[in-house]
Amino acid sequence: MAEETGTMERGKSAFAPNMQWRRVKSHFFVALGMLCVLLGIVTLVVLLVDVILQSAGWFDWQFFTSFDSRFPERAGIKAALFGTLYMMAFTMLMAVPIGIMSAVYLEEYASDNWFTQFIQINIANLAGVPSIVYGLLGLQVFVRWMEMGRSVLAGSCTMALLILPVIIVASREAIRAVPPSMREASFALGASKWETVRSHVLPYALPGMLTGAILAAARAIGETAPLITIGALTFVPFLPEHPLDRFTVLPIQIFNWVSRAQSEFHELAAAGIIVLLVVLIVLNSAAIYLRQRLRTRY
Amino acid sequence: MAEDVSPFSHYPSRNDMSRRASRRFKEEAIRITLLVTATLSIVTTLGILVSLTGETLLFFTEVSIVEFLTETEWTPLFLVKKFGIWPLVTATALVAFIALAVAIPAGLLIAIYLSEFASPRVRDVIKPVLEVLAGVPTVVYGYFALTLVTPILQEFIPGLRIFNALSAGLVMGIMIVPMVASLSEDAIGAVPQALREGAYGLGATRFEVALQVVVPAALSGIVASAVLALSRAVGETMIVSIAAGQNPTFTLDPRVPIETMTAYIVQVSLGDTPYASLEYRTIFAVGTMLFFLTFAMNIFAHWFVRRFREEYD
Repeated sequence: MAEETGTMERGKSAFAPNMQWRRVKSHFFVALGMLCVLLGIVTLVVLLVDVILQSAGWFDWQFFTSFDSRFPERAGIKAALFGTLYMMAFTMLMAVPIGIMSAVYLEEYASDNWFTQFIQINIANLAGVPSIVYGLLGLQVFVRWMEMGRSVLAGSCTMALLILPVIIVASREAIRAVPPSMREASFALGASKWETVRSHVLPYALPGMLTGAILAAARAIGETAPLITIGALTFVPFLPEHPLDRFTVLPIQIFNWVSRAQSEFHELAAAGIIVLLVVLIVLNSAAIYLRQRLRTRY
Repeated sequence: MAEDVSPFSHYPSRNDMSRRASRRFKEEAIRITLLVTATLSIVTTLGILVSLTGETLLFFTEVSIVEFLTETEWTPLFLVKKFGIWPLVTATALVAFIALAVAIPAGLLIAIYLSEFASPRVRDVIKPVLEVLAGVPTVVYGYFALTLVTPILQEFIPGLRIFNALSAGLVMGIMIVPMVASLSEDAIGAVPQALREGAYGLGATRFEVALQVVVPAALSGIVASAVLALSRAVGETMIVSIAAGQNPTFTLDPRVPIETMTAYIVQVSLGDTPYASLEYRTIFAVGTMLFFLTFAMNIFAHWFVRRFREEYD
């Protein structure tokens, strides 16, 4: 009997709700979460403000139409802009068709066997390989074995392999979002597999695949490490005219300027960063716009 | 045309047969073409393995693997060459540790806050911010670490050099926060609502539900996100190349210049290293190490999720 009361009493104290302290803990936790969110927002704002302030005064016509120079006031991003455009054109020409074709195979054709699963696991792993390792691959295979040299073409091939997993994953999602009834309608009219894919699946999946391709392009434009590894130049006083010419790109030009000691070059780097960020913002906005359109369509 | 496909003929005409055959042939050709493109990803992996291990094996014909894995001096670009990888490994581990010390708590807190506490409107504001943070090129973060974060830190920390592991690690941590947040949020989002409601029904506060019910239920996914973040930190290149220095020092002092594995590869690549020289091969030896480290982490993360996922069906 006495023991029972003991349990009751102990139970009573254990069940004391103590709501005040528990609510305080809850509020404290929310504050902590908001603080972390704030950390991200503040970083972004500080970064943008700093880059804008630093680059003030460096934007003029000269900045866009000059090659790099030892003298900061004469240096510009002509070669870097052109190199980025040139390299990206080849990269997308290779990566987008191959990526979409792989996705079509995996979604529409492949049966669920060990080989298909192996390809899928492999693509997931490739997405996790550090970008600099792709640079080593490109250096050995494209620059050395295929004798492309440290050229635009070698850079494009390396970048294409790097963004291929991104494009495949995005395209597969887009294809998967096409309702099966579309395919069935096509098959019912006697269309073959390929006719169905070409006339039904691909058109409906196109906005989604384009979104993925644009996001992949944004990723490739910002990549620096693999291109340094294959030996893209950091000082380029000429425009590449041939796919086998040497080249530089915008992030490498920024890296070059950041690495110099004089603060004028750091300000130039900030100006280059603004150009890079503007390009990325335009691309991402295009992707968001496409995604929105896709949403309204279904 | 009309005669060919006439529904009244029991036997397909010669013309019809050959058309059918050519159509089947075309279908098969397309299928095989698509299969070949899908196989390219496997060729890529093979290419990585072959190009890395080939040069690495050649490297080890000149340098003993025991020296590589046990010595603590790394001076392949000096006159007296030493090939102990440990300074690069400790530097990589140090920067990654600092980055994860920022990214895992912050990313996890953001994930819990977003999925358990934030209103949909707040979420709609925060998620794009995180996406932008994730999309900023790493060379920009490097600039940020070197020209802004380091000078600010130097005000507080005496003896902090211009190139140091601390600033690079902190900025890398901020870079990785969105990744941890998004992967953890996916894991937390997969926890069934009934578990939360059960806990609320027993009188738990939001905080208690989040920390004692939701997080344990999503633990496998959270651990996986941490491992993937580590893999990302180890493979990150530009921030450390710009802000952490190029001095392979065997130290765990976050205030002095160091050199990570990735920064070493960049350093050698910037010079005009002749093909087939020993210096050329060192970057492949270091790259092989990097590849297998990150590969092991990625495999582990995927295995961990599959092995320890809580099923609630």
